[in-house]
Amino acid sequence: MSASVLYDAPGPKAVVRNRIYAVLGSLAILALLAVSIVRLSDKGHLAPEMWDIFNYSGIRENIADGVVATLKAFGLAAVGSLVLGVLLAVARLSDHKPVRWAATGFIELFRSIPLLITIYAVWVGFLTDYSMWALALGLSIYNGCVQAEVLRAGVNSVPKGQREAAYALGMSKTQVMTSVLMPQAVRAMLPTIISQLVVTLKDTSLGFIILYPELLQTARLIASNTQVNGQYPYVSTIVVIGCIYVAMCLALSGLATWIERRGRRAKTGITMAAVAAPVTAADPVGTVVGAGAEVPDGRDGTTN
Amino acid sequence: MNVLLDNFSEFRDGFIGTVEITAVSSVIALVLGLLLAGFRVSPVPPLRFFGTAWVTLLRNTPLTLLFLVFYFVVPEIFFPGMSSFLLGSLALGFYTASFVCETVRSGINTVPLGQAEAARSIGMTFTQTLRLIVLPQATRTVIPPLSSIFIALTKNSAIAGAFSVTELFGWQKLMSDQGYDIVPVFVWVALGYLVVTFAISGAFRLLESRMEVAR
Repeated sequence: MSASVLYDAPGPKAVVRNRIYAVLGSLAILALLAVSIVRLSDKGHLAPEMWDIFNYSGIRENIADGVVATLKAFGLAAVGSLVLGVLLAVARLSDHKPVRWAATGFIELFRSIPLLITIYAVWVGFLTDYSMWALALGLSIYNGCVQAEVLRAGVNSVPKGQREAAYALGMSKTQVMTSVLMPQAVRAMLPTIISQLVVTLKDTSLGFIILYPELLQTARLIASNTQVNGQYPYVSTIVVIGCIYVAMCLALSGLATWIERRGRRAKTGITMAAVAAPVTAADPVGTVVGAGAEVPDGRDGTTN
Repeated sequence: MNVLLDNFSEFRDGFIGTVEITAVSSVIALVLGLLLAGFRVSPVPPLRFFGTAWVTLLRNTPLTLLFLVFYFVVPEIFFPGMSSFLLGSLALGFYTASFVCETVRSGINTVPLGQAEAARSIGMTFTQTLRLIVLPQATRTVIPPLSSIFIALTKNSAIAGAFSVTELFGWQKLMSDQGYDIVPVFVWVALGYLVVTFAISGAFRLLESRMEVAR
């Protein structure tokens, strides 16, 4: 942590000053919180009845169904995006020019337009009655493109000797890719791949817009169909659903961090620093940025 | 073809809306992100905690949820009558600020230690060190990732369209509600976004080549 290098160890005067700043800062944050709480309770959002609705088994079942629906869409999208990612990455590294160009065009096109636009077009155009499949397909296309770029960066980061040695042993192109390059690429890029899966999980919330009954849509339905004290319990539902979302994402990104740390500890395998961090296009994921492997040549492929 | 020519004024409004919300929320994200990065490396523990909490919380929140918070919860607390455009840009800006903060922080980490040490040894305070020595040097490493952050922001701005902000996704929705074929609509909207993202990456590439100095 280079934070300590930015300032001296505080002397007696600085300690006092820092303490004043600390008190002022905490006061400001507390004041903000207090104002929020007072205003919310003025409007009746903190009344016990508002939060009592989560004791009803019907609403609990709704939330559970929402979680299941979100996880279903996420599972489909995760599998779909990884499969598509591998295919596109291989196609982009292919020796045949037309295949390479087609893959590059596909990746660049779908990576540079908003996911929501894709999902909506798929939904309206092809799968109007199957919003789950529309969501999963849209997520798979977009995240598949991003995963393909991640994997490609991984394959490129495998030392050249590996490929040459494999060819020297008389392996075919397919064998080299499947049994030598891809495993090492996946191993090197696993933290980034999982971070992109976190992004995928977060993006399932776009199902809200195509009316797929996932967690967020469930929240809206609960809030707009229940009336408490003549008000709709938007605040309480959003808080509850928000906590569920944050918990799910934190769990998955915790997994990413754990794997990253584990990978760094292992002495086998290729070094992480060799990988020019391919900042993912959707949301530049923090584990890449904060990996410490960030080198100034971070001119990633996402400039489109 | 027809879908664009028949509805060109709406398309233009949508395009301008996308550019506007991108610009406004970029400014919010940049200013707030810099401030948060400063907080996260500052010597004052509550500020550090605040920065960390902000980044952890917002980076693990789906943007759609954040939009819901801004449209349903925030007006209950502050300034009830805010326009949906302003609320949308705030949500987008706050969300992106967490990414900007992380990028800036990792940029600060790439500045050689000797720089900050030298600054301290000639008696500069924390703010002076950061403002005059470290941040200017961090800029160069931060620019390429910032470019992809702002491209992501442009793409995320589509979500604002679902919350009744006038922009390109709103146009797509309107057109498909009016019964136009989705494929040409999709192509035009995609083209609109491509123009914006290309402009951003071009601008950043220009900036990058301007800033490139032999070390």
